[in-house]
Amino acid sequence: MIRAGLIALALFSSLPAVADPQFSGNDDLASDRVQSGSVFLTDETRQLQEDGFANPGYLWVDRGRSLFASRLSRQSCSDCHQEDGERPMKGAATRYPQVDSKTGRLMNLADRINECRVERQSTERFEAESEELLSLTAYVTAESRGMPFAVDIEGEAKPYFEVGRDYFFTRRGQLNLACNQCHDDNWGRLLRGDTISQGHSNAWPGYRLEWQTFGSLHRRLRDCDLGVRAEPYEIGSEIYTSLELYLAWRARNLPLESPGIRR
Amino acid sequence: MAMTRIAAPAQATTGEIIQLKVLIRHPMETGYRRDLYGKQIPRDILKRFECRYNGETVFAAELFPAVAADPFLTFYTRATESGALEFRWTDQNGNVTSETRQLDVQ
Repeated sequence: MIRAGLIALALFSSLPAVADPQFSGNDDLASDRVQSGSVFLTDETRQLQEDGFANPGYLWVDRGRSLFASRLSRQSCSDCHQEDGERPMKGAATRYPQVDSKTGRLMNLADRINECRVERQSTERFEAESEELLSLTAYVTAESRGMPFAVDIEGEAKPYFEVGRDYFFTRRGQLNLACNQCHDDNWGRLLRGDTISQGHSNAWPGYRLEWQTFGSLHRRLRDCDLGVRAEPYEIGSEIYTSLELYLAWRARNLPLESPGIRR
Repeated sequence: MAMTRIAAPAQATTGEIIQLKVLIRHPMETGYRRDLYGKQIPRDILKRFECRYNGETVFAAELFPAVAADPFLTFYTRATESGALEFRWTDQNGNVTSETRQLDVQ
């Protein structure tokens, strides 16, 4: 009995200290312990992701490639962005989200594509999470496959980065959980028959087996918030884009895997 | 716009067994699910896939609601003569998506 009590006490004392709700963490995941989400998949799912033909995410990459070259308006994307020209797409996705120099606002890749649609192609924005926007984002991101994120978190980006990091370390929802409690403190352990990953963003946009379709990181983040029974934010909201910036920085030592396959 | 991916060799030698792989974007909605408001989501599935080699059916598959979204099939045929490989998907309403690849047999 005493022994059991001691074990219980030992277990309890190893739990993270109860943080106050405004706690802004600075204990980021040590870079030598960083592991991609693909490490936590089954062999079959990982093989599907690595299969350049069977990976269903390439359906969207293919469509994005043809949209990129097609004349949707007076100008196609590839009129400006050529593979070996001045504005190649290789590496572009690794620099997003970034602060737009004109508006001073944080933009992710989907925002930038829509901005190009309006400003340069004189046409309308694609709706958030539309097949067209997902396809173009998938194509541009796949052009950086294998490269690490290289986001700028200094200067104008710094306040957004702080907001994103705060989001990661803030408890929320009926379950009163912060992202870090699972993805920093308990990764590798089981949660309802599933292995908890480190919550990296390097597979997105990606194909989620649960959805049976392709989706954005923001859609995935909504599921995280729903998982802790918090009110999710809209896809494309500034708070998720800020979190996206923090996550990109957090995953900076991992290669981009998009189009990734996740459970 | 139908989104498909097809892996078929452009060339083969006479008698060679060739591998063909096909992937198509399709929700394969079972008809058994309900939306957030409890309303049934109507069934929307592909019923049949067929591969025709110069007009002759060399492979066919029936698809059912239990098949996952974006069905992926791998199959084989023997290269006999140069010609067209046609890949046809037919949905529950009889709409056909068709793609063709040329095969050169030496």
